[in-house]
Amino acid sequence: MTTPYDILIIGSGPGGYVTAIRAAQLGFKTAVVEREHLGGICLNWGCIPTKALLRSAEILHYAQHPDAYGLKIEGKVSPDATAIVKRSRGVSQQLNGGVGFLLKKNKVDVIWGEATISKVGEVTVAATKKAPMLPQNPIPKGVLGAGVYSAKHIIVATGARPRVLPGIEPDGKLIWTYFEAMVPPAFPKSMVVMGSGAIGIEFASFYKAMGVDVTVIEVLPQIMPVEDAEIAGVARKRFEKLGLKIMTSTKVTKVEKSANEVTCHIEDDKGVKQTIKAERLISAVGVVGNIENLGLEKLGVKTDRGCIVIDGFGRTNVPGVYAIGDVAGPPMLAHKAEHEGVICVEAIKGLHPHPMDKLMIPGCTYCHPQVASVGLTEAKAKEAGYTLKVGRFPFIGNGKAIALGEPDGLVKTIFDAKTGKLLGAHMVGAEVTELIQGFVIAMNLETTEEDLMYSVFPHPTLSEMMHESVLDAYGKVIHT
Amino acid sequence: MPINILMPALSPTMEKGNLARWLKKVGDKVKAGDALAEIETDKATMEVESVDDGVLAKIVVADGTADVPVNQLIGVIASEGEDAKAVAAGGAPAPAAAAAPVVATPASAAPAPVVAAPVPAAPAHNGARVFASPLARRIARDSGLDLAKISGTGPHGRIVEKDVKAAISGGGAKAAPTPAAARAPAAPSMSEDMTKKLFDPALYEEIPHDSMRKTIARRLTEAASTIPHFYLTVDCDIDVLLAAREAINAAAPKNKDKQPAYKVSVNDFVVKALAVALQRVPDANVTWTEGSILKHKHSDVAVAVSIPGGLITPIIRKAETKGLAAIANEMKDFATRAKERKLKPEEYQGGASAVSNLGMFGMKNFTAVINPPQSSILAVGAGEQRVVVKKGAPAVATIMTATLSCDHRPIDGALGAQLLSAFKQLIENPMGMLV
Repeated sequence: MTTPYDILIIGSGPGGYVTAIRAAQLGFKTAVVEREHLGGICLNWGCIPTKALLRSAEILHYAQHPDAYGLKIEGKVSPDATAIVKRSRGVSQQLNGGVGFLLKKNKVDVIWGEATISKVGEVTVAATKKAPMLPQNPIPKGVLGAGVYSAKHIIVATGARPRVLPGIEPDGKLIWTYFEAMVPPAFPKSMVVMGSGAIGIEFASFYKAMGVDVTVIEVLPQIMPVEDAEIAGVARKRFEKLGLKIMTSTKVTKVEKSANEVTCHIEDDKGVKQTIKAERLISAVGVVGNIENLGLEKLGVKTDRGCIVIDGFGRTNVPGVYAIGDVAGPPMLAHKAEHEGVICVEAIKGLHPHPMDKLMIPGCTYCHPQVASVGLTEAKAKEAGYTLKVGRFPFIGNGKAIALGEPDGLVKTIFDAKTGKLLGAHMVGAEVTELIQGFVIAMNLETTEEDLMYSVFPHPTLSEMMHESVLDAYGKVIHT
Repeated sequence: MPINILMPALSPTMEKGNLARWLKKVGDKVKAGDALAEIETDKATMEVESVDDGVLAKIVVADGTADVPVNQLIGVIASEGEDAKAVAAGGAPAPAAAAAPVVATPASAAPAPVVAAPVPAAPAHNGARVFASPLARRIARDSGLDLAKISGTGPHGRIVEKDVKAAISGGGAKAAPTPAAARAPAAPSMSEDMTKKLFDPALYEEIPHDSMRKTIARRLTEAASTIPHFYLTVDCDIDVLLAAREAINAAAPKNKDKQPAYKVSVNDFVVKALAVALQRVPDANVTWTEGSILKHKHSDVAVAVSIPGGLITPIIRKAETKGLAAIANEMKDFATRAKERKLKPEEYQGGASAVSNLGMFGMKNFTAVINPPQSSILAVGAGEQRVVVKKGAPAVATIMTATLSCDHRPIDGALGAQLLSAFKQLIENPMGMLV
């Protein structure tokens, strides 16, 4: 038994490692337990490597349309699955090493293995069952091994994993999750993507760009169901123009597998049945929290629908046990996990952080075109009883967008008519994931429409559309 | 130009009031000086008077609206020659731009005008900038709240939407707590719903708070939790006083209806004795403020008067200069008007010390909560016959126990003891009050 830690974090994903660094900064003796890869899913199998893949897709798209920019490319530009995957893995590897460096720099102990909370204040770590992924994710040097560790505060940051639909279990060959979709040995000719959330639509976008015949099947009437309906509608039109097949209000009822093909039996909301054949099926029907084998049941830690129940400061119902990130419930986003972790340890320190306001958490999807949003959708704002002022500005009215050759998209802003409070902002189009932060700050600072109108936006930029959208909500728009 | 009628501040401390009823209807002609509406504050009912001739064009805040913040627009008058309908439809211009001062006068007294000034766009906070989010500023402005009186919970104490909303629902712009208090985690108090769940709804009657109850709750919670109280108790032999009282009352001249010109009570002696004691111990005749101690020249003694649904503390001003008969008659007038809730704010605001007497209920001894800006309060019990030791032998005397609550910030223990000791000396030797 080693000296007790102040804070021990289970999981080194974006929530866990950021929490560990913040805890160390606050003077806590801190350790983090990891069983397979520093940086978690986000960095190794999620956010980061998909962005690398999508960057390849984007460049391929431009290379295939040189004439649109007055260029000529002699010869053929074609994707190389192996090289694209290699680049993506390299990006993960670099950042994975970076996390190890940051933890070491902050004197956070890394314990390698599978953790179980044996009792309040004590974590038992067993040797990991998962082999290190070589070469890109080796076991870092200088880590501690299996054993019993005590800690005053234990923070569960074990993240989530793909949800599995019964009968459509991923097999790693024909039915993929994001793990297999991230490292295709070659591009299949055809593919069905089940689920149109961020993960499904990003992979659909990527594989479509790579020349794969992609069909997206969504059980709800709208793709990207958490997004504003109007924005999702604009995105859908654009996807379909790029050749993506989309079927909404449709569910996959059965999947039959043959040697190198799946047959999906699908049924729409009117009961019309049909089958679709494709070489691969990606199951992207959401994620569920990793709450198993942690000893939570024995401790009596309260869970709800596969996630640990916490208060605004990451506290569970059991004193001394905390949870943050995906395992603590939606929205399952890396930036939400990081923030929850920081709030959690600052509260333990006795600082007075503000509890998480989930309405202020932006969401970004890096499909083509991109989608980004923060706050309430128009429908949710109406549901909440607000009288609305809604502003819209299309990309076609923006000089920079035209110069970029990106005339498709929309920036939409939603205000409370009574107070001028910015309730939500929703965007679809080029680079909107980089723009949304302007509105996030505006909402956090509680600006009204007036402050946004008074702000000077640089010309020529895409950000001018944010200004114009606000002006439009109050009947002052210039460029439409 | 249309004239905005704003919720008047009937006293310097008034934050909001209830609009009891309109005395004019939309379309009624009004002349300057006409009573337009009745405003009910925590302790009094007053009338809002028109400052100009015109027609009542629009009623913005309806009869019976509770907790209307000071300076909120309550109605609009169309000036002579203006189309009342157009004025009503167009609404009034922004209050800050065009608000004409509305003079509020107590309903029952000669004009003592209190002018409701429009809210300045950026309220001064001891001259310093108030940090508030744009949204918080706008909601506060629309609700007529003074941001300077709201404590912020945002980064670096910045006032955010939540704080303004809490101030609106929690009763006007609250006085900002001291930084230390603001940072201390609030003691978990039971929510209304949690409390109600403890009882069967069939087995109680729910009585909503009226404005007086809210004021009592707010002020005394604040007083009890922010003022460091300490208590001093003394027994007073009042046999001499009782004899003097009888003689004084017997000597009262009678009018043609055989009514005596005055009837002095024991409490009037107590008020007078406390007033004189405050003069003899002037360091205890004080008010505490954050920056200084206000040492008063005269003895303004508040007297707690129980009225249906609450209590009020009218003040005998310069009580040390007044005779017992004058004090007796003033108290009688206060008590009558207090029960009708017709006291003027200046009659119950201020004071340096106070008297609370529960002797008539047979209470032997109790302690009272200081009512700021006062720095002490004397809790007086019943005069009762007790066996005491006099000159080494048991004897029967009429004894009245008095307990002084002191604010320890301006009044230290020895100082409080000097005050109470001076009081005892006077109450036991009432002739001393005459000189």
